[in-house]
Amino acid sequence: MTIGTQAQPLSGVPSRESLADKLQAVLPKIVLAPSMAITLVFTYGFIVWSLVLSFTNSRMLPNYDFIGLSNYSKLFSMDRWTVAYTNLFIFGFLFIVIAICVGTLLAILLDQKIRAEGVLRTIYLYPFALSLIVTGTAWKWILNPEIGIEKLMHDIGFSRFQFDWLVDKDMAIYTIVIAAVWQASGFVMAIMLAGLRGVDNSIIKAAQIDGATMPTIYRRIILPIMRPIFFSCFIILSHLAIKSFDLVVVLTAGGPGYSSDLPATFMYQYAFGRNQIGIGSASAMITLMGFIAILIPYLYSELRKKKHG
Amino acid sequence: MVKANWRQQAGRVLTYLVLAIFALYFIMPLLVMVFNSLKELAEIRTGNLVLPPQSPTSEAWQKAWSSACTGLSCEGVSAYFWNSFKITLPAVVLASAIGAINGYVLSKWRFRGSEVFFALMLLGCFIPFQAVLLPMAQTLGYLGLANSVPGLILVHTIYGIPFTTLFYRNYYVGLPTELISAAKLDGAGFFQTFYHIVLPLSGPIIVVTLIWEFTNIWNDFLFGVVYSGPASQPITVALNNLVNTSHGVKEYNVDMAAAIIAAIPTIFIYIISGKYFLRGLVAGAVKG
Repeated sequence: MTIGTQAQPLSGVPSRESLADKLQAVLPKIVLAPSMAITLVFTYGFIVWSLVLSFTNSRMLPNYDFIGLSNYSKLFSMDRWTVAYTNLFIFGFLFIVIAICVGTLLAILLDQKIRAEGVLRTIYLYPFALSLIVTGTAWKWILNPEIGIEKLMHDIGFSRFQFDWLVDKDMAIYTIVIAAVWQASGFVMAIMLAGLRGVDNSIIKAAQIDGATMPTIYRRIILPIMRPIFFSCFIILSHLAIKSFDLVVVLTAGGPGYSSDLPATFMYQYAFGRNQIGIGSASAMITLMGFIAILIPYLYSELRKKKHG
Repeated sequence: MVKANWRQQAGRVLTYLVLAIFALYFIMPLLVMVFNSLKELAEIRTGNLVLPPQSPTSEAWQKAWSSACTGLSCEGVSAYFWNSFKITLPAVVLASAIGAINGYVLSKWRFRGSEVFFALMLLGCFIPFQAVLLPMAQTLGYLGLANSVPGLILVHTIYGIPFTTLFYRNYYVGLPTELISAAKLDGAGFFQTFYHIVLPLSGPIIVVTLIWEFTNIWNDFLFGVVYSGPASQPITVALNNLVNTSHGVKEYNVDMAAAIIAAIPTIFIYIISGKYFLRGLVAGAVKG
């Protein structure tokens, strides 16, 4: 985050301030006040509200009969919740690692003075502009063993080819990774490419003169310089992973059974489908805490950067 | 020297090969959607999904637009397509306008506590929405906005403000402070400076923010599915209902056509403003 020099507000002028001057001085605060109120109420207030609900036995409608931590203990004794958060770890880990690898690879390759760079960039990035509800429709079809890739391979003669992950309860979560990586790696590519273009050319020239090969230069010099960019990507992708909802709904609806549930679909299902608002809120709170655990190191490093910058 | 040259050539070929394979992976779903939306159902059953249609027909498109069944109603997705516009346009304009003035304050009129507030708001960009979903449902109920288009506009505006503020603030920080000081010396006030000095310089960031917000809100599914009623559903929710409907013959061509209809506005924006879109993503992500 860049912090430039700032204009001092017109406050602090000694006495003899006219009414208009005073008004000018408080105007910025007045203008910001509604957004401040909105943030406090609709973000922080609502989080507290959810937290309160998670301690109550609310079912279809919120009520305020407090039952302590029993929603949380119930939640953690549920197999479905265990599946949901385990899936988030599997999905999140694979999604983040693969998307960053693919995105970085594409960015590096595109950075080699490629002829059709503009076209390729467009092709790689367009999924990020589309809703997964939209493209999930196509993915659902491609991954469906009866009509998609499996059938295609059978038709062209590979009769033993098998690809039925979408309907296999042990593999369904991995098919979601395929589509999620497809959607987000172009975005990683774009950020990485911007980062690569920002690397000082003279460093590379110097290394070349010293006889380093391009792969070594990337591994030892360029990629280490881009560490903060990797970190931004990591934060954004983990945010996307925790929010992942559309993709599961449209591809598998959490199935087969509840084998591809994620915390987001679990929460939706319990809060709005099964009228278990207490348990739904408890699951939302656990998700939030997990995310805060990731976010705090990020904010910490941002703040440190500010001090040094 | 010859050997090195050969190796370079091979590297070049490999580079293009890998890029082409990935291009195929990225383009495949779009091809599948477009090809199959133009086929008749019989051709889909007998043929395979990656072949172009033999005799393209717009039948599936017409059906998707005006007579396909989404949930209980069978009037196609057109009404939901317009719902999405009714929700997206006001929310985008409101969130962008509020974000601009916030960004102006947070970059050029800082006061004690404004940085803390900015940090709090930034955190608001990142929280998983599950944590606010239920209270918002309650609040919309109290306000009499449950299951309505205005309700969704409100929700999208509220949760769009942190992002738009972030974008404008990061952009305005880069505007020379001398411009603002000079305007103040000339006696321009808070709003005059914004209107005459800052706003005319805001072109690029306005475009970026509008694109970003439009894409986000148009593609939203979570808020749409939770807060909309049968008459106010956005296109994403209607599309999901259409695709995941379990009764009747599965009409893949109609599904695909409906999916493309839902994608047209964002594809259009992406194509006409891809450059800005990219820049916006980078500005929002790398700096944010």
